[in-house]
Amino acid sequence: MSARASLVPGGSVFRRRRDGWLGLALVLPALIIFAGFTYYPFFKNFQMGLFKAAPFPNLPSHYVGTAQFTTMLGSADFLDSVKSTVIYALITVPLGVIGGLVMAVLAHQKLRGIRIFRTIFSSSVVSSAAVAAVVFQVILSPQTGYLQALGIHLPDITSSPTWGLPAMALVSAWQFVGLAFIILTAGLQSLPDEIMEASRVDGATAWTRLWRITFPLLSPTIFFCGVVGVIFSLQSFGQIDIMIGTSGATYTHTNVLIYAIYRLLHVSQNTGLAACYSIALFVITLLVTLIQFRLLERRVHYAH
Amino acid sequence: MPTKRLARTISRYLLLVVIAAIVVFPLYVLFSGSLMTLKEISSIPPQLIPLHPVWKSYSEAFNTGNLGQYLAVSLGQSALITVGQVVTSISAAFAFAYIAFPFKRILFALMLATSMIPFEVTVIANLQTVHSLHVDETMQGLVIPFLATGFGIFLMRQAFMQIPKEMHEAAIIDGYGPWKYLWRVAVPLARPSVAALAVFGFLGAWNQYLWPLLETGNNTSIQTIQMGIRQVGGTISTANLTLAAGVIATAPLLVLLVFFQKHLIRSLTAGAVK
Repeated sequence: MSARASLVPGGSVFRRRRDGWLGLALVLPALIIFAGFTYYPFFKNFQMGLFKAAPFPNLPSHYVGTAQFTTMLGSADFLDSVKSTVIYALITVPLGVIGGLVMAVLAHQKLRGIRIFRTIFSSSVVSSAAVAAVVFQVILSPQTGYLQALGIHLPDITSSPTWGLPAMALVSAWQFVGLAFIILTAGLQSLPDEIMEASRVDGATAWTRLWRITFPLLSPTIFFCGVVGVIFSLQSFGQIDIMIGTSGATYTHTNVLIYAIYRLLHVSQNTGLAACYSIALFVITLLVTLIQFRLLERRVHYAH
Repeated sequence: MPTKRLARTISRYLLLVVIAAIVVFPLYVLFSGSLMTLKEISSIPPQLIPLHPVWKSYSEAFNTGNLGQYLAVSLGQSALITVGQVVTSISAAFAFAYIAFPFKRILFALMLATSMIPFEVTVIANLQTVHSLHVDETMQGLVIPFLATGFGIFLMRQAFMQIPKEMHEAAIIDGYGPWKYLWRVAVPLARPSVAALAVFGFLGAWNQYLWPLLETGNNTSIQTIQMGIRQVGGTISTANLTLAAGVIATAPLLVLLVFFQKHLIRSLTAGAVK
C-alpha cells in the first residue's frame, strides 16, 4: 500500500495561487458537519458535566465543578452500569469472534458452492438491532415452541433479572458474528500461501496447521475483530430498548452505559449526569482502541 | 481411497450446512413467521414451515401499521445520508490527495480523529443543536449530523492516492484543471471505493436506532422503519406484524448484500488487514 501511495509525491498536483482556497473550500462541508455535530457536542459534554441543570427547563443551570463526576463514580448505579456493560461485552465478543472464526476457517476451503455459504455466514451483518431483537424475542419467548423443542424451558427472558442481559447480548452476538466472519475471512485470505503450502508438504495435519500456523498468523486480525466487537457491544442500544420494551423489566440488570445515558436523558432529564456517563463511555471506547493500536504497533515491530 | 475422500467431502459439507442453518435460523424465523398466523407462530411444538402461507400480516402492517410511511421516511433519510456522505467525502478527499492548502495536515488529522468519537457520545448536545436550529422532529434533523464521515474521507483519499502518477501528469498536459480531473479521471477510477462507501453509508443509515428515536420525538410522520418496528414490536401478540415489518426492513439490505457483497466487504474490512 505504501509503495503505491508514494507514487503521489506530497499530494500537491494543482498548484496555482487560488488552489489554496479551493482546497479549503472542498474540505469545508465536511468540516462544518464535524465541527457542529462531532466536536462541539463532544466537548459540550464536559461543560454539561460541570454544570447542574435546573429541575425545570428554562432556568439557568449552575456550576458544580466536578461534583457530578465524583457522584457518578461513587454511585452504585454507575458501578452496576459498568458491570452490566462488561458482562454484555464478555458474552457478545467471545461468542461472535469464536463463531466467526469457526465459520471463516470452514469457508476457507476450496469446495464447490462455497460462495453461497460465505453469503449465508455474512448475512446477519445486514440485520438491524430492531429486527434482530424482535426475531429473538419470538425465538426465546416461552409462548413459542422454538426453545421448548430443544428441551430448554426458560421463564420470560426479558423480564428475568438472570436471563435478560444474556439474552440481549445473544442478539448482539448474532448480529456481530456476520461482521466477525467477514473480517476474519479477509484476514485468512491475506495470509501468505507459501507458508501453508510448505507446512502441507511437511506433512502437518490440518488440525496442527490450524493451531500452529493459521491462528498465530491470524492473531492480529483476531484481535482487531475483538476490538470491533467490544465497540459494537458498547454501542448496542436498540437490542436492549426493544427487548425491555413494554415488558416492565427491571432496569438494574440491563442498564448498560448506553442505556443509562438514554434513561438519564429521556426519563430523568438529567443532562449533566448523562453527559458524565457519555464521557465514561467515551473513555472506555478510547482505552479499548488505544490497546489495539499498541498491540498493532508491536506487531509491526516484530515484522521488521 | 476414493470412498474415504468422498466421505470427507460429505462431512465437510455437512458441517457447513449445520453451521449455516444455525446462523441463518433467526432470518429464517423472520421470513417464515411473517407468513404465518399468530396461532401458528406460537404453536408448540413450533411450526417451522408455513404450510398455508398467509400474506395478511403484510397488508395489515401496511394498512393499519402505516408501514408505507415508515418505509418512505427510511428511504429518504438513507438516500440523503448516503449521497451526502459520498459528496462530502469525495470533495474533502480530493483536496487532501491533490491540493496543497493551509492547515492541511491538522485538518486531515481532525477529520480522521472523528472516528474515535462514537456518535452515541454526542447525542445530548446534538439534540440541543437540532432543537435550536428548529429542525428537531424533521427530516433535516435526521440527516444533517451524518452528512460527513471520517471513514469515508479516509477511504476516498486512499482510492485517489492509488491512481498512478502518470494519470494526472497526462491530465495536466492535456490541460485538465482540478475540476475536470476530478470528474473525468479521479472519480471514475475510484468507482469501487465510491460503491463501497455508498453501500456502507446506506446500511448504517437504514439501521440507525438511537438518533431516530431521540430526534423524532412523538412525531410519527417522520419516524423510520426501525422506529415502526419498535412501535409494533415488544409483544408476542403482534409478532406476525413485527416480523412482516422486519422482512420489509431487511429485504433491501439482503439485496445489497447479495449484489454488492464485494463492495460491502471492502468497506467493512477497511483497516482490518494491514
